[in-house]
Amino acid sequence: MLKLRIERGSAPVWFRAIIPVIAVLITFILVSALVIVAGASPLSAFFELLINPLTKTTARADILMMATPILLTGIAVTVAFAAGYYNIGAEGQLYAGGIAAAWVGTQLQTESSVLMIPLMLIAGFIAGMLWALLPAILKVRLQVDEVVTTLLLNSVMLFLVSALLNGPWRDPVSGWPQSPTILAAAQFPVLIPRSRVHLGAIVAVIVALVIWWVMSRTRFGIEVRAVGKNRDAARFLGIPVGNRILMAALISGGIAGLAGVSEVGGIHYYMTSTLSSNFGYIGVIVATLGALTVPGAILSALFLALVNRGAISASRELDVPVYLGDVIQAALLLVGLATLLLNRYRIRRIR
Amino acid sequence: MPVLEMRGITKRFGALVANDQITFDIEAGEVHALLGENGAGKSTLMKILYGLYQPDEGEIHVQGQRVSLKSPADAIAQGIGFVSQHFALIPTFTVTENVILGHEKQPILQHAAMRRQVVETAEKLRFNIDPDAIVGHLSVGQQQRVEILKALYRGCRVLILDEPTAVLTPQDTEKLFSILVELQRQGLSVVIITHKLNEVFTISQRVTVLRLGKVVGREQTANTSQTELSQMMVGRQTIPVTRNTDHHSQNEIKLNVQNLTMADRSGAPRLRGLSLNVRAQEIVGVAGVAGNGQSELVSILTGMAQPQSGSAQVSGNVMPFGNPGALSQLKVARIPEDRLKGVIGDLSVADNLMLEQVGQFTRAGHLNRKQIREYAERLIRDFHIKAAPDDPARTLSGGNIQKIILARSLAQNPEVVIAAQPTRGLDIGATEYVHQKLLEQKQRGAAVLLISEDLDEILVLSDRVLVIFEGMIVGEFAANDADIDVLGALMTGASSEKVKTHA
Repeated sequence: MLKLRIERGSAPVWFRAIIPVIAVLITFILVSALVIVAGASPLSAFFELLINPLTKTTARADILMMATPILLTGIAVTVAFAAGYYNIGAEGQLYAGGIAAAWVGTQLQTESSVLMIPLMLIAGFIAGMLWALLPAILKVRLQVDEVVTTLLLNSVMLFLVSALLNGPWRDPVSGWPQSPTILAAAQFPVLIPRSRVHLGAIVAVIVALVIWWVMSRTRFGIEVRAVGKNRDAARFLGIPVGNRILMAALISGGIAGLAGVSEVGGIHYYMTSTLSSNFGYIGVIVATLGALTVPGAILSALFLALVNRGAISASRELDVPVYLGDVIQAALLLVGLATLLLNRYRIRRIR
Repeated sequence: MPVLEMRGITKRFGALVANDQITFDIEAGEVHALLGENGAGKSTLMKILYGLYQPDEGEIHVQGQRVSLKSPADAIAQGIGFVSQHFALIPTFTVTENVILGHEKQPILQHAAMRRQVVETAEKLRFNIDPDAIVGHLSVGQQQRVEILKALYRGCRVLILDEPTAVLTPQDTEKLFSILVELQRQGLSVVIITHKLNEVFTISQRVTVLRLGKVVGREQTANTSQTELSQMMVGRQTIPVTRNTDHHSQNEIKLNVQNLTMADRSGAPRLRGLSLNVRAQEIVGVAGVAGNGQSELVSILTGMAQPQSGSAQVSGNVMPFGNPGALSQLKVARIPEDRLKGVIGDLSVADNLMLEQVGQFTRAGHLNRKQIREYAERLIRDFHIKAAPDDPARTLSGGNIQKIILARSLAQNPEVVIAAQPTRGLDIGATEYVHQKLLEQKQRGAAVLLISEDLDEILVLSDRVLVIFEGMIVGEFAANDADIDVLGALMTGASSEKVKTHA
């Protein structure tokens, strides 16, 4: 009889490559049950979810538009997680960036986009960094758990935004709790005509490439990864562990801030308390499914955008709830995390 | 009839035989010391007795009845109590809550009754403890007493203490021993695991000595001597003596360590004014039973910890403490105690080989991948590492991981080499390779400090042997006239007067 034994140890390389595929398959099997309950056929649902959006030009553009913020937050989370710093605060850092962008975009009196947009990006990056600073310092100096502090600061930020928009920033024209509209020069140019794909997509790709280069080709990057993989050994090797964690946390906050800038400048043109549809949290899914690599984050951001776009058409065509997309995302994260454990085992035959 | 008997106990962990046909028994009302070096199999044997491990062979009898101890619950039911080195207490609970936890007699807690019981048990043993004190606020000694109360509350007749004095101050040790005497008077039996000879003579009536998983002796304590026990424990050495006699006692001092003192978190002293020096072209071995300050000494000299006082110089320059980065600048090669804290398993072999000197491979922050690869290929060739530059380090065997550490540090032509347990867990081939490399460094002119629990290794490699005991150097020998019996005696604290036979 064939006897198998599960051992600790690295899974073979070919197996590691198909782990994400397994995760997606298991997720869809799980979600099928829900689709059937909702009264639709799983096969046509998956066609609407995954294939149909790719066949239409407008839907393809929507995917790029939807992938933009989650690629930025995904890269932000990737940088932090690579350093072993579990930043769950990208959501709050995104809003910080959005506030800064709206402020620059309404206050700076210029008609030059070339001046305006870079300044918005810089301001947003700094704002995200500042919002990430406190938990990072608490972590490095006092070993305060960053998961708790960064997560809770998200709520603090939401209330702050709400206070700002209901108070000093309330739109004087409409009276809605949203900031005044940013100047024309601050509005990101649209890249694809008759779509909402904007300059933010290019910013996201550039940021991804720069981070990919930093993490794989620079001293700073390898030191950050060393700290994330084995803090004791990194210290033994003379790497300034605290400083690297702090820097990674700040860069992470800054990039999440850029996602806020991109949403204000490219989508809404004003600051609102519904700027993000959980983009900060989806960033955690993007980074995790991307195995904390930049190419992985790009792929998973596009994939999640596809699922979300597909959920919209599936709900229209098949009358299933649009929340299906959210369910798939959440299930994918859980299944993804579970299957990542497979990395640590290999199956051996016993003779 | 003994209250408890273990017959022919064998326990294997993979290829390692931790306990080999061990027979052990405990009489009513005796304190039985279980003596042996680290790794001799003492803790394994007692964990079997407490149901934490299952023996591969052998039988356990309680009061003449054969029993099967599948879990600590079974052991507790048989009246066996265990106080581990690491207390199983909940710091935010009170003493009473900790004592009754897991052994509540009814679903609704009768707090007053339980408090009274805790106080009564403590009084029977003639010590005071506040039943309402929060355990986290108690001293280590008091926490240990809570553990003992816990075992008694569960009705234990045989109490096992695993190196109970390792964490205690001398005053707490004295107190503990008086409690043990009291327990004994009430007819309970105590097994005390230790590697300190003086404790054996202070407290025990019988002593069993383990070495390399086997019983090498069992004596009435009164009928034996410290010398006899230390010989049994360390073992008679029958190594081919190829000791180096070209001793360079006139060479310049390259590593000079002065008066290091260090206490652990609980305030117990681990180093008490330790001084030593190593000259160029010399290997100095530090011999000692584990837990006598070697780890602390290594942490300080590898930049991972800071002493409370003391100083060190490398070739006349002050060695900054707690700054590992500065040590490679000073040309100090470091082989850490735990090799998995020296490499980053998820990074490649090439990255691990260059990370300590990452500055040499960086231009304006950008890594020179070509140079890194060439360097890795050269070291892999020179040090016979069985790996490709891109392999993740964690896929390598222990010997090859150790070679990465050796290659990385020794390729820098160090002035001083700190080698901590450099061959622990390695096979014979890898061990010989490491020894060869250390000897090469000595020939080159480096000063090598070798800290090892393997006495054979120290005797084979060293020009000079230092003995560390309780955080101090208590003896110094030229390797060619080191007497194994005297060494063993000093290592186990049999005699604390400083022996100096250095030529």
